[in-house]
Amino acid sequence: MNTATTQRRKERIDRGIKVRSDGLYALMSWRELAYLVAPRAVLILGLLALPLLMPGVYWPRVIPIVCIYALLALNFDFLAHYVGLVSLGGAFFVGVGGYISAILNTHWGWSPLVAAPVAALSGGVVCTILLLPCLPLRGVYFAIITLMYPLFLARVIEALNILGGTDGILGVDSFPSAWVEQYAVIVLLLVFLFAIRRLVNTDLGLVLRAVKDNDQAVRASGMNITHYKALAVLIASVIGCLAGACLVHIYMWAGISVFALDFSVLPIAATVIGGGGTLVGPVIGCLILVPVSELLRDFGTLRIVFYSLILLGFITFRSEGVMVYAQRKYQQFERWKTI
Amino acid sequence: MEILIYGTINSVALALYALGFALVYGISRLPNFAHGALYVLSGFIAWSALHTLGFNYLFSILTAMVITALIGAVIYRVFLIRIRGMEISEIIASYAIALAILEGLRWSGFKGMTYTLPAFIGGSTSIAGISVDYQRIVVVGVGALLVALLWLFTHYTRIGLALRGMAQDERAALMLGIDSDVMAIVAMALGSMLAAVAAVLLLPLGNIVVESGYNVLILAIAVCIVGGLGSWMGAVLAAFIIGFAQILTVVYLGSHFQMVVALLAIILTLILKPSGLFGQQKELEERV
Repeated sequence: MNTATTQRRKERIDRGIKVRSDGLYALMSWRELAYLVAPRAVLILGLLALPLLMPGVYWPRVIPIVCIYALLALNFDFLAHYVGLVSLGGAFFVGVGGYISAILNTHWGWSPLVAAPVAALSGGVVCTILLLPCLPLRGVYFAIITLMYPLFLARVIEALNILGGTDGILGVDSFPSAWVEQYAVIVLLLVFLFAIRRLVNTDLGLVLRAVKDNDQAVRASGMNITHYKALAVLIASVIGCLAGACLVHIYMWAGISVFALDFSVLPIAATVIGGGGTLVGPVIGCLILVPVSELLRDFGTLRIVFYSLILLGFITFRSEGVMVYAQRKYQQFERWKTI
Repeated sequence: MEILIYGTINSVALALYALGFALVYGISRLPNFAHGALYVLSGFIAWSALHTLGFNYLFSILTAMVITALIGAVIYRVFLIRIRGMEISEIIASYAIALAILEGLRWSGFKGMTYTLPAFIGGSTSIAGISVDYQRIVVVGVGALLVALLWLFTHYTRIGLALRGMAQDERAALMLGIDSDVMAIVAMALGSMLAAVAAVLLLPLGNIVVESGYNVLILAIAVCIVGGLGSWMGAVLAAFIIGFAQILTVVYLGSHFQMVVALLAIILTLILKPSGLFGQQKELEERV
């Protein structure tokens, strides 16, 4: 048979170094240590060096925005892929955190460095309380309701003409300097990234992942699912509100546009492109997407078309994302094998 | 009396928005977030056919309906078919399509107040002392006719029965030789055509603006959720509830609150009874 001789298949094999370094005790050489540390070091040092490598007037404005979107994407990835709550309302967290921080700053004159953390914590509590009634929902129902929350708050502010109405709150202080601004958000991003990565591997993270996989089984083990979901939402909304608070201080303005769809859609796009469930993926996705969208700013609304098409392409044809692919390439090699 | 008349008209308009969304979700369990975008798109297709290509009005309406149905079918065949069953991907993908269509329209210059479709019949009459223009009466008439036709279609034609079979139990329908992918394409085309029908009926009452795409989507979702996702009778009833509630808030509170009512309806319904007034979802599918 002629065809039988030409049949081949591709096989993937873990690199030996990965097999040995899966358990920490197996580290035998600097080479193996470097294998484990290099990707993390590249990320951390790369992010920390960004403000130094990108001086000028324009990029120092973009880098904090990238980090803020990355925080939101991290928050989406954590909720969607580790707890099973798909929240389409990143803008809700941004809006609540942003408005609280803006009010603290303009009414009581708190410095942004104090107002932002306070707004993050109190905003997190507010968001969790508001989302509490819909935590028993799941799947498409939870997604729709979280999409509606920011729209609802925006309309309420518009209709009741509270919190500055359509004009928003003007005169919010900015961070003391561009360096503080950039390093504050970069350090926050790194801290939360590694903290959440640690969190999902603790006992609490195990329960959360179990809630995602099979909530009935978790409930059958006598655990209160809503309690754990609320805890996860609290963690996520603190991060989201912190991002919102920083954003308001960067723009020096809080208005209805902090509830805009951008903050819900772009993080999701970044997560899909970067690779869902990897936690680092969303950050990488933001590092790719946000600068692209800044470069496309001249084209106006075309950039939204552009990245919704990217999102569509990735989610339908390549749903694993960049990060999963890169991890596979890093840790495994492929070869053709005749059968 | 004014509340009664305008409430009815508003309710029929809401029902028209929601029918297509309810049809697609009811049959293929696909939350089609591109519904509002298709609505606006078909308005612009009708406008272009009428003004740029110079077609006759009736013919341009038909063109808009056919093209929108085709676009719906293509969207399903190319994108959504690959991610069917993954709820979150469905939402994100169809939402991305909606954004691409709406922002694409805005980018290509379809914005501002210049785009209007002419009314079918100009002028107005008065019912019990309230002046109502003929277009709104046409809307109510066609809306009622459409619901009746849909009911007949799904109860007495082979395709309609197949669609209903698939909505009830997809596996059983597959076993009886109903091709669920083809049926889902048909459902999507029909749903898009219903969006186009709603557009050509309702857009002559105002301007065609891109922003209305988002509002139509929200209203359609509101109606479908309050009525129960997947239940058409529920959708019609919910359209009347929300429609009258909106007119009442406009009369007693002010027009700013119109959208707040719809959003509040979604949030309250989802919190209190996610399956809606007439939903047939099992308790486990929606909440724990």
